[in-house]
Amino acid sequence: MRYAAGIVLLLACMLLPVAAQPAEADALKAGVFNPAREAPDFSVDGSDGAALSLRHFRGKVVVLGFGYTSCPNVCPATLAVLAMAHRKLGTLGSQVKVIYLTVDPERDSAGRLKQYLASFDPAFVGGTGTAAQMEAVRKSYGVTAERHGTGKDYAVAHSSFVYLITRDGKLRALMPFGHKADDYVHDISMLLN
Amino acid sequence: MVVLAAAALAAAAWAAFTPVTFASREEAFEIPKGTWARRMAGNKVEILPSRVYLTLGIRDVLLLKNLDDVPQIFGPTLMMPGQSFRLPFEMASSYQFACTAHASGQMTVVVDARPDTPWRRLVWRTRRIFRVIA
Repeated sequence: MRYAAGIVLLLACMLLPVAAQPAEADALKAGVFNPAREAPDFSVDGSDGAALSLRHFRGKVVVLGFGYTSCPNVCPATLAVLAMAHRKLGTLGSQVKVIYLTVDPERDSAGRLKQYLASFDPAFVGGTGTAAQMEAVRKSYGVTAERHGTGKDYAVAHSSFVYLITRDGKLRALMPFGHKADDYVHDISMLLN
Repeated sequence: MVVLAAAALAAAAWAAFTPVTFASREEAFEIPKGTWARRMAGNKVEILPSRVYLTLGIRDVLLLKNLDDVPQIFGPTLMMPGQSFRLPFEMASSYQFACTAHASGQMTVVVDARPDTPWRRLVWRTRRIFRVIA
């Protein structure tokens, strides 16, 4: 009987939690580059009809993503999260620019990008160009994009990270896919300050 | 037989009740200087395993360093010479990253939940032994 009680006590102890270590509240949720390097600049066609380059947004935190309008899952999810984060930032949102560059310039015209991005947030701006232009931009950021399938309904497997660029144009952090809007709000707020 | 059973019980008790600790929360991998040159010379150089295991609250940060003289795709990102990339994880899951440094083109980071009870510590340590053996 005593042994049985001892075993029950031991098992009960094994299920008890121990104190957790404190989280690093002052650290970015995203992956951080150290030292931060100059974010590669680009000059492509903006979805607003104007030329789009990174240097135009010096003084703002730039949230840079890569994707395409026919993307079935990753892009809509990412853009929905970014739109929510942008709303949650409130007045600080005016100091942030979300740029989405297409990995499918063949189908994504500036007009199509504009219409697509507006369904998430009208303040978002897209970028497109020739296949060579967009490939050069992808290469400079280490973004991969691979066409799968034939015909007009092909898909493009692409990197799903979102880059966070500081006000002075430094590529500071990379947010992997799957983070919540609050994580973006946390990191963007830190970069703004 | 009794001695063996007692030893096994003692080992299990140690595994269950001794807290899991690491000196650092960072699991670090480095691209050594000269890696690119060795690859160009035809040598197969594997630096980053295709599967990395982390544990929340204990070792939950992936730290990649490029000590080579040229930019490298390392893990999920392009890194300049001398640059490091520190990626923290906050959710237990299996994360897939495209990684051109691997023949498979993919890298997986498995993040285990924090072993915060003696039972979970026992399971965590047992699983770790099997992963080392595998």
